[in-house]
Parts: sequence; C-alpha cells; structure tokens
Amino acid sequence: MSTTQGPGTVTGPATSPTGAPSRWDRMFREITTGSAIISVLAVVLALVVGAVMIAFTNKEVQASAGYFFSRPGDLLAAIWNAVSGAYSALFQGSIYNFRRPSFAAGIKPLTETLTFATPLIMAGLGVALGFRVGMFNIGGRGQMLIAAALGGWVGFAVDLPYGLHMIVALVVGILGGALWGGIVGLLKARTGAHEVITTIMLNYVAFYLVSYLLREGFLKTPGSNNPKSPATKVTAVFPDLLGPNYILHFGFILAILATIFTWWLLSRSNLGFQFRAVGLNPHAAKVAGISVKRMYVYAMMLSGGLVGLAGINQVLGTTTSGFGAGLDSGIGFDAITVALLGRSKPWGVFWAGILFGAFKAGGFSMQAAEGVPIDIVLVVQSLIVLFIAAPPLVRAIFRLPVPGAIRRKTQVNVSQEVAAK
Amino acid sequence: MKLELRGITKKFGALVANDHINLTVEAGEIHALLGENGAGKSTLMNVLYGLYRAEEGEILLDDVVQHFAGPGDAMAAGIGMVHQHFMLIPVFTVAENVMLGHEDTKTGGRLDLAAARKHVREISDRFGFDVDPDALVEDLPVGVQQRVEIIKAVSRDAKVLVFDEPTAVLTPQETDELMVIMRQLKEAGTSIVFITHKLREVRAVADRITVIRLGAVVGEASPTATNVELATMMVGRAVDLTVDKAPAVPGDAALVVKNLSVLDPHGQVLVNNVSFEVHNGEILAIAGVQGNGQTELTEALMGLQPRVSGEITLDGKSLRGHSVRQVLEAGVGFVPEDRTEDGLVGEFTIAENLMLDRSNDEPFVKRWNVQRALLAKFAGEKVMEFDVRSQGIDTPVGRLSGGNQQKVVLARELSRDLRLFVAAQPTRGLDVGSIEFVHERIVATRDAGTPVVVISTELDEVAALADRIMVMYRGRIVGIVPGDTPRAVLGLMMAGEAPAGEGAAA
Repeated sequence: MSTTQGPGTVTGPATSPTGAPSRWDRMFREITTGSAIISVLAVVLALVVGAVMIAFTNKEVQASAGYFFSRPGDLLAAIWNAVSGAYSALFQGSIYNFRRPSFAAGIKPLTETLTFATPLIMAGLGVALGFRVGMFNIGGRGQMLIAAALGGWVGFAVDLPYGLHMIVALVVGILGGALWGGIVGLLKARTGAHEVITTIMLNYVAFYLVSYLLREGFLKTPGSNNPKSPATKVTAVFPDLLGPNYILHFGFILAILATIFTWWLLSRSNLGFQFRAVGLNPHAAKVAGISVKRMYVYAMMLSGGLVGLAGINQVLGTTTSGFGAGLDSGIGFDAITVALLGRSKPWGVFWAGILFGAFKAGGFSMQAAEGVPIDIVLVVQSLIVLFIAAPPLVRAIFRLPVPGAIRRKTQVNVSQEVAAK
Repeated sequence: MKLELRGITKKFGALVANDHINLTVEAGEIHALLGENGAGKSTLMNVLYGLYRAEEGEILLDDVVQHFAGPGDAMAAGIGMVHQHFMLIPVFTVAENVMLGHEDTKTGGRLDLAAARKHVREISDRFGFDVDPDALVEDLPVGVQQRVEIIKAVSRDAKVLVFDEPTAVLTPQETDELMVIMRQLKEAGTSIVFITHKLREVRAVADRITVIRLGAVVGEASPTATNVELATMMVGRAVDLTVDKAPAVPGDAALVVKNLSVLDPHGQVLVNNVSFEVHNGEILAIAGVQGNGQTELTEALMGLQPRVSGEITLDGKSLRGHSVRQVLEAGVGFVPEDRTEDGLVGEFTIAENLMLDRSNDEPFVKRWNVQRALLAKFAGEKVMEFDVRSQGIDTPVGRLSGGNQQKVVLARELSRDLRLFVAAQPTRGLDVGSIEFVHERIVATRDAGTPVVVISTELDEVAALADRIMVMYRGRIVGIVPGDTPRAVLGLMMAGEAPAGEGAAA
C-alpha cells in the first residue's frame, strides 16, 4: 500500500502569514464593526424616531394633515417646522444660543450641559467599571445618597480651612459610596447574593435612612421642619471654573480626572487587568490564581466610590443650599444608560455623559421655546438604550458588516488519493 | 438507504467551512468521515441534519433530492444523529426520552408511556442492548446513555445514522461494544456515517473512509491503509505518530500525595484516599475514563477544590489548603483540561493571556502598572518559540484554532520556573500536528528534570508519554503500572479491574 501524491505541492494547515491587513483596512473595520459606531447610530436612530413623535404630537401637523390631499405642502412644512424647531431649540439650549448678543452669553448653554454631565459621567464610570467586572450596579441611587449624606455632613457641620474642607468632604463622600458599594461586593463574595437584588434593596435602605436622618438625625437643619440639610459651608464648596456668571464648577475637572483614573485603572494597571479577566472569564481568572471574590469586593468598592463622587459633587458643587432625599434625581439610573451608551469604556462614558447632559439642559429650553413635551427627551434616551441593546437591528438598518467575521483567504487544497481497495 | 451529498458548500462569512464536498454512502455501509478538528466534518453533518442551510449543493436520499428546513424534516426523511454530547434529559426515564418529540398520546392528551416502553424493549432486544426503559437517564453509565441515543434514532426509523465523535466519552471496552453495535446496525441495512479523528477506530470498523481537510475532501481510503497514510492525508504532511523519548532518569520524589480525598458539596466522595509519588524527571500519566475523579484530583493539587483532606507536598513543603496563587507561586505549572473555559480569556489578546497568571508581581507588573513594552517583547518571543500562528500578539485568543490556543497556554506555563508541571488532557481536540508539538514540549520539560503529571483519557496519549501509568476508577487508584503496559491490561484497569499480581498502589 503506497501513497501516491497528487501533482503540485500540498499546503499545510493554516499557513496564514500572507501579509497582515493594512492599517486603514483595520481602522475601517474597527469603525464599522466596532461598538462605537453602533452607539453613534443608535443616537441617530433615536433622534429620527423622536422626530416622528414630535411631528405626530404637534398641533399644526395634525391640523394640516386634515387637508393633506388639497395642500400636501402644508403638512410637510408643518412637520419641518415642528421637528427643526424642536431640535434647534434642543441645540440652542444645550450648546450655543445664537439669539444671545455675545459669545460669552451664547456659550452659556454649553456650560450648563457640562454641569449636568458631570455627575452623569462620574456615576456612569462607576456603573461601567462594574460592567467590566461582570457586575450590574443598579445601586447608584443608594451610593449617591450615602456619599452625599456623609460628605455633606462634613461640608456643613465641620469647620476646616478653605480647600482642605472641600478635600475632606470629598474624600468622606467617596468613602461613603465605596462603603455602600463594598457591602454589595462583600455579600456577593461571601454568600453569592446577586448584586442586582442587593443594590436595589440597599437603594431603599439608603433612601429611608437618609430621609430619617434629614427629619430627625444629624442631617436635620436646626429649627426647620423641612426634611432638608443645612447649606454647605463656603469653605467646602467647589470653586467656579468660569467665574460667578456660569454654573460650571470644579466638579467637571473631577469628572475628567475620574475618567483618566478609570482609563488607567482598566487598561494600564494590574488590578484592572484582573478586573477584566474576572469580567470576561471568571473561571480562567480563578485558575490563574486571581481571587475572584476579592475582585468583586474591590470592584464594587471602586464602583461605589465613583458613584459616590457623583453624589458628593451634587452637594458640594451643583446644589450647595442643602439637600433632600431626592438629591440623586434619577442620576443613579441614568448612569446605567450612560455606561451602556459609552460601551463601558471610560472615554465612551465621558462623551455619553456629555450627550445626556445636553439632553437634560436642552430639554428644558425645547419645552419652553417650542412647547415640545420634555418627555420626548426621555423617550429619545430610552430609545437609545433600546437600539444599543439590539446591535443586530442597528446593523441591519445601516447594513453594517457583522463584527468578528474573520476574513480569511481561501486556501487551495490539492486533492490526493490514497491507493484504495 | 443510499445517501449522497453533492457539491455541498457552506460558508460562515468569509470562512468556507465546506467547499464543494461530495460524499456517497451506500446502503448498509459504514462510512467513516475522518479529519482533524475544525476540518468541517461537524458542519457537513449539521447541513445534512438540517441545522445549517448550505449555500450550494444538494442532498439526495436514494437518488431523490431532499430539502431540509430543520432537523424535523431530516428525521422524517430517515436521518438520525447520535451527537457527541448526548441530547437527553437526565431526569426523564429512558422511555420518556425516546418518545420525546414524537409523543404518542391516548385520549385526553395523556402520554402513552406503555407503548414507548414496549418500543424501547423491542429495539433493545433486537440489538441486545439490555436497557431498562424505566431507568432514569442520569443514573445510567455513559455507554448506556449512548445506547439510549441510538434507540432514539432507530425508533424513528432512521435509515442513515450519523455518529458524531461517539467514542470520546467511552472506555476502550465500551468502544469495542459500540463497534459491535455499529456492525449490527449495518447488517440490519442501516447506513452509518462515523465521524472521528481516531485512526484506530476507523480502521477497525469502517468500510470506506473519506478524509476531509480544511473544508474539502482530500481523498478516499480503504480501511487497509496504514495509520501513517491516513494521518498524512488528514494533516497534509508526513507526521510522526510516536513520541521520540529517551528512557526517564527519575530523581528524588518531588510531589508526594498521601491519603488524599476530595468531597463534593453534598459529601459525596469524588477522590477516595489516593496516595502516589512523582519523581523529578519522570512523567506520571493518570489514565481513566472521564469522570472517575481525575479532574477533581487535579483541582485538589492546584488548590481549586475546597473540601480536601490528606497530604500534598512538593519538595517537602505542604501545598494542601493553599490558594491557587500560592500553588502557582510554589512553581506549579498547570494546563487545565478545558482551555477555553479555564485556561484562557477568549477576548484577551495573546499577550494578555501570556501574563494571566502573573498579574501581581514583576516582571510584568511594576508599581501597579502593567509593563506593556516588556510584555509585548516577551509575547513576541514566545509566539515565535511556540509557533503560535496568528495575525500578531494583539489577536484575541478566541480567534485562534484550538491547537494555537493550547500553544499559548503551554507557552505561558512553561515560561515560568517550574517545580512541577500538571497537564490535564493536553491534546484534547487538537489536530495531529499540534499533538506532536505538545507531546514534544511535555517530554522536553521532563528531560529538564521537572516532574510531570499528565492526565489523559486517551490511551494513545498515555502510552506515548508515560513513564509510569496510574489508572483511576471511581475515585480510587486501580494500580500504578509501568509505561509499557499493554493496552488490554490498561483497558481492564480503566473498567476497575486491578491488574493481576500487582498491589493496589505501587
């Protein structure tokens, strides 16, 4: 029995190195198949659907639709007016207002956007960090409240020199958030309790605890029946960045620093390396000697600390006249959306936070100027999440290629026959 | 029934998994489909079974073109499949499993279990299976579960039966019994497609052999072809099936395990009072059928099992009760049996995976910072040294083939200073070329004086590598025998029979 080789050479398996794909080729694929483009397109799609809703709810559009067949141009004009009016109000309310006389006044909306964005970025980073370690931190509200309560107390009850006071309040606030997050991590590591359950429950614990403290505890304003804390002392308040005419404060610098820190942590430090390993494959991490349980605790502490930073930012920067139990005003939950839109990448979260800050700032002026209900903004935000959660849908609409579809050169196989039978 | 596949082409994106494959299986023939992992055998069978839709080509049964929209159509046309991972519901009885999917009902929608039982008994008697229709599937041994799968297929009047890697989970004895069953089925007129990458089995049972490589048919062979000829066709180049290995020069005992027991959370004994030694510069192979305590024993060595009693010492220092990290730092290198699950982070790059178990200290980490330049240089060297074929060190390992993934694991573990090397199923699912490479590296590690423990369910691998062989059965050591012990003896030991004239632990 002998083997008769076919003519020509026989190719071995996977002799691949036929030149790596060019940089541009790779960059193009990264952009089209990567996650960033999906986020951007999700926003675009959400704005389109939002436009449809604005048109539908607009009175003039409804009226002109009644005589569509006699004068169709009216309907189109009405739709155009409604949608362009709403979105231009959104733009002018969030970025630059052309109707103001000077640049200094015109740029004011952008500073408001950044102020709104600050806590969203901070809390979004916290949630994103949790995502990267494979945990869903829904406890933003509780962590913000505890951070604000502890840090805020330092802010109004302790006397310290200017600057130092702020730093102490800041650190205490971050530690408060880290504590509240750390409890969740500890419960998960020790008992296996799922973090979604425990964070939600701890939200209630924090809310009622802080409410109680505001009414009868150490957060109560003396001589007042309002469940509201005293005002933060001047020595602890964040300095304004652009002078007293603008509301933008030092918190935004902190948000940038937090973003840089989180980026370093996740992509440069060994702790972040272990975090990512646990998040992507806890089994392999465990076999590689990484203590998965310890990582859960550390990650929840850091996540809680970042969310806590958002809480203390509200007390020392945005609303310094005293806080109530509603101080998180939904930021803890919006942070989840921000983290999703930012694809749990620090700089992605940063830009997503600014976008959502813009929605918040612009939503009010859209309502005021055009009478478009502010709920539309909420709908657009929700649609963004919806589209992000369904990348195949977005890909189908824009006909994008599927990621991970490995391009491989088809290999020539030379058939050969073994003398058989 | 005659089965014919004509010009089947199946693409996943740009990857051509099947490239114009032609295959003819005559009625009453056992046709082996031989090929490396990833050659496209399973894809082809999934096309046949209606799980995938082929881009081109057609399927003919008795010269009639078929159009399968799903497995239901394929079954109705007379195609049955025995999957590698059994598609059985463990808490159902045999009869319930067999009727699942085409349940007969009596009035009022009640299941006609009596008919199903009768059906099972009938088929079971016909082939001499000895399967109790009322036994719960989870209580049955693996070999019997496979027979339930066969009964399932036969009960649906399958005229063409596809066996997808059926022997991976069987003992040598069970494998032989399966061969007998396959011949019986063949005599009853069933056509059989037998997918495997084990050359010995193919030659034992197949009437004809088709070899597939890289998604295309590379040729046909008769069962009289030699192992080397078949392997050469599979891999596309000449391969050396034996490992070049000098006799071991064992030194002092390095790893000493005494009275080791492992319990599961319910208190079941998984490893039962095991004692053995591994010397410097020798390979101890732990053989046994999957699920007889080898996995748990390995995990106990690595500090991955929480309920361990007994003694584990390495160079005189105790390892028991230490964390995984401490065990690794003591100089133990570990290749886990499931590399994608336990050995690698698929989304991480090759470079990142190379530092996976060294993420705490120098050289790769200095003051909290990952030393990226150093890591890149290290990864570049290792990729060259271990011949990892990829687009570069930044390729996610999930994109690599199984063989290249295993090379990454080996490169990581073997680049530390080792005092002990533990490799669990080091070549599972690898192609012949990679197996050769892995075996060479393991022997080289031994020759450097390191004690090596290889856990394997493949007798070929055990025979090729071992200086001594320890066989486990139901958590106990059946015996420790020399590396040149004949297969038949090992097979009996794997079924729990102690070798004649040998103590329970040498």
